[in-house]
Amino acid sequence: MSTLEIKQLRKSYGAAEIIKGIDLKIEDREFIVFVGPSGCGKSTLLRMIAGLEEISGGELLIDGARMNEITPDRRGLAMVFQSYALYPHMTVAENMAFALRLAGVPKAEREQRVRVAAKTLQLEALLGRKPANLSGGQRQRVAIGRAIVRQPKAFLFDEPLSNLDAALRVQTRLEIAKLHRDLQATMIYVTHDQIEAMTLADRIVVFNAGRIEQVGTPLELYHNPANLFVAGFIGSPKMNLIGAVVRESTPGALVLTLDGASLVSVQPATIAAGAKLTIGLRPEHIVVDPQGPISGHVEAVERLGNESIAYVGIGASLPLTVKLPPQSPVALGDKLHLALNGHAVSLFGEDGHALGWTQPQAGG
Amino acid sequence: MKASFAFRIWVSLLGWGVALAMFFPVAWMVLTSFKTEIDAVATPPLLFFHPTLENYAQVNQLGDYAGAVWNSIAISFGSTALGIALAMPAAYAMAFFPNRWTKDLLLWILSTKMMPAVGVLMPIYLISKSTGLLDTKTGLIAIMTLANLPIIVWMLYTFFKEIPGDIIEASRMDGAGALAQIRIVLLPLAGPGIASTGLLAVILSWNEAFWSLNLTAVHAAPLTAFIVAFSSPQGLFWAKLSAASTLAVAPILVFGWMTQRQLVRGLTFGAVK
Repeated sequence: MSTLEIKQLRKSYGAAEIIKGIDLKIEDREFIVFVGPSGCGKSTLLRMIAGLEEISGGELLIDGARMNEITPDRRGLAMVFQSYALYPHMTVAENMAFALRLAGVPKAEREQRVRVAAKTLQLEALLGRKPANLSGGQRQRVAIGRAIVRQPKAFLFDEPLSNLDAALRVQTRLEIAKLHRDLQATMIYVTHDQIEAMTLADRIVVFNAGRIEQVGTPLELYHNPANLFVAGFIGSPKMNLIGAVVRESTPGALVLTLDGASLVSVQPATIAAGAKLTIGLRPEHIVVDPQGPISGHVEAVERLGNESIAYVGIGASLPLTVKLPPQSPVALGDKLHLALNGHAVSLFGEDGHALGWTQPQAGG
Repeated sequence: MKASFAFRIWVSLLGWGVALAMFFPVAWMVLTSFKTEIDAVATPPLLFFHPTLENYAQVNQLGDYAGAVWNSIAISFGSTALGIALAMPAAYAMAFFPNRWTKDLLLWILSTKMMPAVGVLMPIYLISKSTGLLDTKTGLIAIMTLANLPIIVWMLYTFFKEIPGDIIEASRMDGAGALAQIRIVLLPLAGPGIASTGLLAVILSWNEAFWSLNLTAVHAAPLTAFIVAFSSPQGLFWAKLSAASTLAVAPILVFGWMTQRQLVRGLTFGAVK
């Protein structure tokens, strides 16, 4: 069990800088998820923590000790790879006991620890098999088992569910969450899937282009995105982001003109009239209201059974995404009047940052 | 698409034709080795004759066949073992930790094979002489190791490249240092590749004549030197030369035949995905 601290970490290949100075502190027993679009540097950062990539600048500390020059075999971390990376010439039991064998753990203890891990992961019946004779889900469990057996300082997961089919992914996601509760271990998990991030994380770190955009609990990110990138990345369907101009500003109330000329009034901090900004509206915070200020024609309807998603053209560059009750009688081409449900909106200035939002951590 | 019957007939004929053309000299050599010297030079060449083992008996009297076989075995297997031991870490480093010089380094390694051996004969000869390695198995093993090293490095590199890097990385995370990675993970996984590289190196150095002729005389003379000893002083005694040649290729032929499955699998490794 351990804490992990990253200070101004950098990685560059020649002139190209992939990781541009990252600061992050990961607490003991925390489940941290790195999320971001592909190429944002999240996997590279994980591999730098693991020791598989050299650190070009900055410092990595595990339990206060500098790790930059320590080889991966001496960092005491376990990693679960996207490709599972099992040793094909060894049985499941040998795969799981490999690290203990290298560490010189006596055979009886090795077997005991493999048995315990195999029981946790329901792998007991498969211990004698080779990886080639296992299904994808079973291989993934063996890879996790191999990590558990070592009792590492921290677990590193590199997109571990990407190679599984959708049903198995949900099931394994739940198992990983349960594992985290049972083991009380520090876990760092990389994914590009924001649903995995939302469901698993104690804290999510959103990456973009080699930098951290925001760090926070899943609900913090959902309700208070720090900037346009996080607002657009977290949540499905995506948050509506619409250009707007402040038309009237009185203390405690703001009247905005949206692209497409609708008028809405919201209630945030005071901003001078005439200021340009972007308003962020979650699809579930918009309701059908015959007196509503926003109007437009329905361009598409998706019925998902538990809800219906309508895309309403309001004259802005993108249609407004609206979450409606499942039986909502909207049809293609209907004219809808919409209103904001309460005042749950986010406002972003011209620089893309949320208004009134300040970075909680220094240095980022 | 299924090939037409006529096409398959032609391909079969072509295949058999090429195989026979390649096999014919060897077959003729073996046949000649059982003829008397007079039958061996008869015109037109005789296909049916009274076989005799006389040539084999004489070859063994005139030269030290057993000694030459032992030298060939020691030199080819010794140089191969040494070459693989040296090439393994090099290929491992280049396959799993490439940097921007890896490609150039590989080409440079291969480029050493492009220089004609005779270009360095003089310095090598003098070095061998002054170090006392002339006409010793040790000297020839060293030369053959260096001569085959580029090919061994290249083949091992290619085989190692086929092994997913994730597996090596997983073993590093599991606590394996470089030696443990090579021994416990790389060696079993690249086993067939390493074996076929070894087989090829053994065959190459068994057939090698240039260095063995120039750097050996009596003590370390391998089979190639043994045959040459029959070609010039004995003049045109075709039957005896054939017998000597048959004796020289027989061990490696048997060895190749026993390991051909391994050899073919290794050489086509990764070609079919």
